[in-house]
Amino acid sequence: MADSRTKPNSNLGANLGANLGEWIFHNVTRLFALLTLLLLAGIIASLVYGALPSLAKFGPSFLWSSGWNPPMEEFGGLVPIYGTLVTSLIALAIAVPVSFGIALFLTELSPAWLRRPLGVAIELLAGIPSIVYGMWGLLVFAPLFGQYIQPFLAATLGRIPFLGQLFQGAPMGIGLLSAGVILSIMIIPFIASVMRDVFEVTPAILKESAYAVGATTWEVVWNVVLPFTRVGVIGGIMLGLGRALGETMAVTFVIGNSDQLDTSSLFAAGNSIASALANEFTEAVSPMHTSALIELGLVLFLITFTVLVFSKLLLMQLARQQGKKT
Amino acid sequence: MPGLSKSELRMTDTTLQEPPATALSPQITFRDFNFYYGKYHALKNVNLDIYRTHVTAFIGPSGCGKSTLLRTMNRMYDLYPDQRAVGELRLDGMDILDKSVDINHLRARVGMVFQKPTPFPMSIYDNIAFGINLQERLSRSDMDDRVEWALKKAALWDEVKAILNQSGMSLSGGQQQRLCIARGIAVKPEVLLLDEPTSALDPISTMRIEELIAELKEEFTIVIVTHNMQQAARISDYTAYMYLGELVEFGVTDQIFIKPQKKQTEDYITGRFG
Repeated sequence: MADSRTKPNSNLGANLGANLGEWIFHNVTRLFALLTLLLLAGIIASLVYGALPSLAKFGPSFLWSSGWNPPMEEFGGLVPIYGTLVTSLIALAIAVPVSFGIALFLTELSPAWLRRPLGVAIELLAGIPSIVYGMWGLLVFAPLFGQYIQPFLAATLGRIPFLGQLFQGAPMGIGLLSAGVILSIMIIPFIASVMRDVFEVTPAILKESAYAVGATTWEVVWNVVLPFTRVGVIGGIMLGLGRALGETMAVTFVIGNSDQLDTSSLFAAGNSIASALANEFTEAVSPMHTSALIELGLVLFLITFTVLVFSKLLLMQLARQQGKKT
Repeated sequence: MPGLSKSELRMTDTTLQEPPATALSPQITFRDFNFYYGKYHALKNVNLDIYRTHVTAFIGPSGCGKSTLLRTMNRMYDLYPDQRAVGELRLDGMDILDKSVDINHLRARVGMVFQKPTPFPMSIYDNIAFGINLQERLSRSDMDDRVEWALKKAALWDEVKAILNQSGMSLSGGQQQRLCIARGIAVKPEVLLLDEPTSALDPISTMRIEELIAELKEEFTIVIVTHNMQQAARISDYTAYMYLGELVEFGVTDQIFIKPQKKQTEDYITGRFG
């Protein structure tokens, strides 16, 4: 703490004011930085503490047991954990290519007059409250999805031998797939605007060099711009994934909130961690129920943390493949 | 066609009033060529011949249009919607400005190297193979041979043959620029455009690039934009002096530097202006 004051004291009087200001500034900013760490530690500690009864009773089998029976005090997190992961993966599978296309169009292909309005529209999409997405999803999207898209998917993708199992069953409109699609719409603005921003900072001279050896726009973006901006692109994807994993309201409306997991179909209703927490916390009367929900929260936290660690590892791996020492 | 050497030219045309166009075959021809950035008239009525397997240097003060002129030959300006060219520009008779020209094919015939080294974010090997893969399908061993050929031509092979899988970005600035030259010649272009290729390099790297240009002109037609008049004098066979978008004087380099026809050119090369 005292290291900032170990300066020569020769003209102490003249510099005291400046030094004191410096000292205060230094320590206030440090306090803010440490506060973040403290908060993080506090949240982890309280999650673990709250989850202790559940952790003690169910142990690690909480992660793969699917029973969720509050009256019997039997809790397993598999259904919401599966739902969280699957909806987020669906969201990424749709959002990443679409966002890439949007960013590519906005930076390389779009006529100049269209660039700004389109960019603003995408940013506005990010500003829509998630409850609005949820209502729109339930009242407008899900009926249309169930009536037109799901039967179409069942008739096409559903016929593929192994993969087809994901697209079976009654087209109800709500369910894991619908939640994933809504999530993808919600995270596209995030991923697309990050991608656009990083594509834009690619030096023009680098792109010109690729055009100069006879590359097409697609080849330039795919082989030069994308590798050049990979850190930013992966960062944008992780931002979107983080949002998808934790999204609550929109998912609650369309996922179906079912604690059963008896089919592999994505048409089936399911549950996600965030949605389960939002729906059940107020109803949880028994301490064990509350504790199990807190443990779910802890699991969500760990999933997000793991995703972050993996993205860091992925970036390091990419850097090593490229032979670039950073 | 292998043109006459500079000394022969001087023997045959002692007055040196005009570039001896009859003795050489022009590969690129500009006729009444104009260029616009939006409304700004950047190049005015340029008439110029670029001779095959010789080095032509464009000199002139900043903003005179020399880089603009260079960038028309591979239609790099096409990337920017408000830039346009009017007039006649031909590569071996082919109308470069024609909208139906296959632009990727044109750029494979007319390669380019930029002010700053621009290695792609991939390995040294892939930096070279990238352009080749766009134009032709080669077997692995043919590709290896071609990459080696290009790197040898660019006088870089000995330095990188052991580290071909390393990132092109891990090389030094001078090596990166030679990598970019290797990348440019790997697709076997006919013309190589160099836009101030040594402006970001140290003197030793600059010297190596200049030596390289002297060797490359055996096979390629080279057009170089340079701010450095000594460099133009050292390496080029022909020099074009430009000022405010106009081609003021064009001729054999020795003539331009020793006995320029126009006062303006003389002022510039003697340092009284520019």
